[in-house]
Amino acid sequence: MRYLPLLDEDRAHMLKTIGVDSVDDLFTDIPKCARLENGLDKLPEHASEPCVEQHFSELAAKNINAGSVPFFCGAGAYRHHIPASVDHLIQRSEFLTAYTPYQPEIAQGTLQTLFEFQTQVAQITGMGIANASMYDGSTACAEAVLMAARITRRSKCILAPNLHPHYAQTTRTLTHTLGIGIEQAATAIGADTDVMQQIDDETACIVVQSPNVFGEVIDLRALADAAHAKGALLIAVNTEIVSLGLLKSPGEMGADIVAAEGQSIGNSLNFGGPYVGLLACRDDKKFIRQAPGRFAGQTLDAAGKRGFVLTLSTREQHIRREKATSNICTNSGLCTLAFTIHMALLGDVGFRHLAKLNHQKACDLADQLSAIDKVELLTPMFFNEFTLRLPKSAHEVVENLAKRGILAGVPASRLFGEGIMDDLLIVAATETNSDIQLSQFATALAEELS
Amino acid sequence: MADLYFTEEHEWVSVNGDTAIVGITSYATEQLGDIVFVELPDIGKTVKAGDETAVVESVKSASELFAPLSGEIISANEALEDAPETVNEDPQDRGWFFSIKIADKSELASLMDKEAYDSFVQGL
Amino acid sequence: MSMNAKGRPTKPETSNISPQFGSALLQEEGLLHEVGHCDKTGVDMEKLSGRKSRLGDLERSEATGLVGLSEPEALRHYVRLSGRNYAIDLGLYPLGSCTMKHNPRLNEKLARIPGFADIHPLQPTSTVQGALQLMEELSHWLLEITGMQTVALSPKAGAHGEMCGMLSIREAILARGELEQRRRVLVPQSAHGTNPATAAACGFEIDEIPANAEGRVDWDVFCSRLGPDVAAIMLTNPNTCGLFEPDIRKIADLIHEHGGYFYCDGANLNAIMGKCRVNDLGVDAMHINLHKTFSTPHGGGGPGAGPTVLSSRLADFAPVPFVKTDKTGKLQLVEQLNDAPDSFGRMCAFHGQMGMFVRALAYMMSHGGDGLRQVSEDAVLNANYLLARIKNHLSPAFSGTCMHEALFDDEFLKGSGVTTLDFAKALIDEGYHPMTMYFPLVVHGALLIEPTETESLQSLDAFADTLCELANAAKSGDQERFTQAPVKAPLRRLDETRAARHPVLRFQENLQNT
Repeated sequence: MRYLPLLDEDRAHMLKTIGVDSVDDLFTDIPKCARLENGLDKLPEHASEPCVEQHFSELAAKNINAGSVPFFCGAGAYRHHIPASVDHLIQRSEFLTAYTPYQPEIAQGTLQTLFEFQTQVAQITGMGIANASMYDGSTACAEAVLMAARITRRSKCILAPNLHPHYAQTTRTLTHTLGIGIEQAATAIGADTDVMQQIDDETACIVVQSPNVFGEVIDLRALADAAHAKGALLIAVNTEIVSLGLLKSPGEMGADIVAAEGQSIGNSLNFGGPYVGLLACRDDKKFIRQAPGRFAGQTLDAAGKRGFVLTLSTREQHIRREKATSNICTNSGLCTLAFTIHMALLGDVGFRHLAKLNHQKACDLADQLSAIDKVELLTPMFFNEFTLRLPKSAHEVVENLAKRGILAGVPASRLFGEGIMDDLLIVAATETNSDIQLSQFATALAEELS
Repeated sequence: MADLYFTEEHEWVSVNGDTAIVGITSYATEQLGDIVFVELPDIGKTVKAGDETAVVESVKSASELFAPLSGEIISANEALEDAPETVNEDPQDRGWFFSIKIADKSELASLMDKEAYDSFVQGL
Repeated sequence: MSMNAKGRPTKPETSNISPQFGSALLQEEGLLHEVGHCDKTGVDMEKLSGRKSRLGDLERSEATGLVGLSEPEALRHYVRLSGRNYAIDLGLYPLGSCTMKHNPRLNEKLARIPGFADIHPLQPTSTVQGALQLMEELSHWLLEITGMQTVALSPKAGAHGEMCGMLSIREAILARGELEQRRRVLVPQSAHGTNPATAAACGFEIDEIPANAEGRVDWDVFCSRLGPDVAAIMLTNPNTCGLFEPDIRKIADLIHEHGGYFYCDGANLNAIMGKCRVNDLGVDAMHINLHKTFSTPHGGGGPGAGPTVLSSRLADFAPVPFVKTDKTGKLQLVEQLNDAPDSFGRMCAFHGQMGMFVRALAYMMSHGGDGLRQVSEDAVLNANYLLARIKNHLSPAFSGTCMHEALFDDEFLKGSGVTTLDFAKALIDEGYHPMTMYFPLVVHGALLIEPTETESLQSLDAFADTLCELANAAKSGDQERFTQAPVKAPLRRLDETRAARHPVLRFQENLQNT
């Protein structure tokens, strides 16, 4: 078997050295009643590389990949171009097959890139500091809520009505066991700033997404003021990090914690994962102490050279155990590396250009689609994603356009369930969409609705 | 003149009238290594003997300080927040953690004097 | 005061010895923010049309502070940095409890097929039938290996899977109307820190069970802690001492008799695949670290993947989303909580770590049922061979054979002036990554060694020779070789105290909004 280096003669020699007759003598602690005498005989036997490859090619062929069609899905995951050098670099053995950098003397590659990553995330979010990443945006959001509850020593959390429903559900699931009371008004476009009325002296935080799940860009400044006036924190959620190349940063608008999805930079769609959760906050001791996850920090070695280590780990489970700030024991290592390299290639110039290009594509598309009879643009203030009201079921339209080879966006009913907003379609455009694709979509939609 | 007491949790308690100042012993600092962070109690908080009252951390460990006596927290050594190394440098003086207004002086009977503590440490 | 872990010196002694650095193959390299430039970019894009934005005064006015690199500069920067990392592909990586095995490159190739890498989680399910089929096939393999009823694929890492299992248990207890009463979770002292952290995050109280002298759960103490307020036990098996709990079936039966559940930490599944099935051991929930047992790359700390298998007692409470077959035979995703009334909720935004599913399934198919059993046998054989080779030079924590990893204490270093940390750091100078140190907490100065099945006999022999030579050097008084180590790495020991006392968590020059 190609991944197993031992020869039978090696095995025999090793058993002799150990002083046992057979390998089964090493498994005698397994209760007799539970031993699998015939192994996993219901599973197929080992397979050659071409044979495995063939099977996966067949499975992949049953999927329509985004790059093969005009593609407009977003709602928390976005298709952007990833420079070829990003994927090349993250496949270097020294990055790909390294463990968590617990031995800093021989892990400076990982540690320095994490430090660069933390710097980049802090810069684009406009926050003081950022951690070394979370699983994804939704779990970052849940962790941010728990962090806010610890900082304020309060337990009420108000979610904006148009927070991505998967983020809201994840946050509920991962926080309710610790006595966090979640309040959220019914979803409605334009209603996010209403959360101001719900804030009281018991409120730990308000959680507001901008651009929200419908693509609306929200002015966070008044929300931050309203939260701070009551001693509560503003958690700003962002699911399309490219938007920060064009929008005022959450930090500039007064956010205390930012929880975001970083997939858009450096990471493929991957059918939902792995992604990279970003968590940034104010550079305040109280915040850092209560933050979840890993931090890389700068220090010196014994010879006085600059180097980096994982630091402040007494917050974490391997030291604090049941008193840890989170049970998280990982970060999105390789995805953060992809993010960092892509961001380093973009630089400030490229990042802002990319954001403008996305906005421009989406504006052009919104113009064309909303010009179609009975199609209404519901979110005039958007970045690269917007919501349309269609004269019929958005789900049906998406299915029909898929048959014509166009992936037209995400029906709101896919996120919220059938029956509430069946006629709403959430549409995203990015730099990967050519102008021809925009008009192909508009033409197809017009035909579908006529 | 203050009376000095100790606990099995390696805390020292300096009692003057009805006020007790609390810190950790040099033995404790040797065990912990370099102290990098200290979390102090809120002033005005009422504690019972045995309550977790402060936290002291080295790079690889986190430990609680328990209130050696019941009472009200009347002060905390905020200088430690920016200079936790003081606990290593001078654990039994400048490295103090907090002071308590003692509610029940009879609890002093459960603490050790210096001699008893020294032999307790010897036995570890 | 209480000490949950003994402090260790992390502030290195200053030294004039500087490793060879900035020469030959090991080049000096500054931080991105020192080598990059705010006007540079390595990406060419379509020109902007000059169209006015819709965003009014919400447009960014301040600079980001980001710096850029051209493509050649970026390649050089990150290739140079990569040279500062140890990696499995460079050498043996004996981290106990981490299962650092070879990462097959076929898996990387397959995960990058556009049909998997370039599909969106919210595309119409009619356009992703192959992806859903892959998830079903992965589930089939995992269930066949464990004998369990169902699997929740969405957890994104081991600790996230623990959360999934414990939330399922909590929901089952809630459904029985006993949540108020069942508050206590039993956790052995040898457990990984995530176990108590997870139980606490699920709102339970932790009750720690000590280990007996043989490194197993202390049976009498375990029995004495049972009661109507116990929700579950969280047990790692094989445990973190590298030992199989021979009483595991009895533990399971007893916890069930008392109305509790059995959570098994699956971190060490690599030792028992094809040798026994956890369902037959009485397990109710177990996460599976695809990045350990099923070879998906560790990537410098992640991403992981933690699918969680559940027994029939917990299956109904699994989180959304999950795959099901509809009446027409098409695969569908159940994503709405309304469509899964007993589900405890949702773990993350989408369907889990698809990229890892592809790799793990490719690994399983490559090995087949026969190969997976061979994996466990070779992993256990390799660990025992290493143990046999070094046991007279180091001090094994327990007598007898082990499973896939071998645990040592620091008895062999007694009086040498060399600590476990020093010993481990000296391994770096010999070209090896250190073993896991100071874990588990149940033995003094622990050294936990897991070679995995992908090491050859030659590689094990070379490593054993090095360990024995080092142990003898320590005993013979060559203290400096250890306390100064490493001297051949890109950096000497780093001052962790300094990093923690005065945290510098980002590049300093552009400090704004602080």
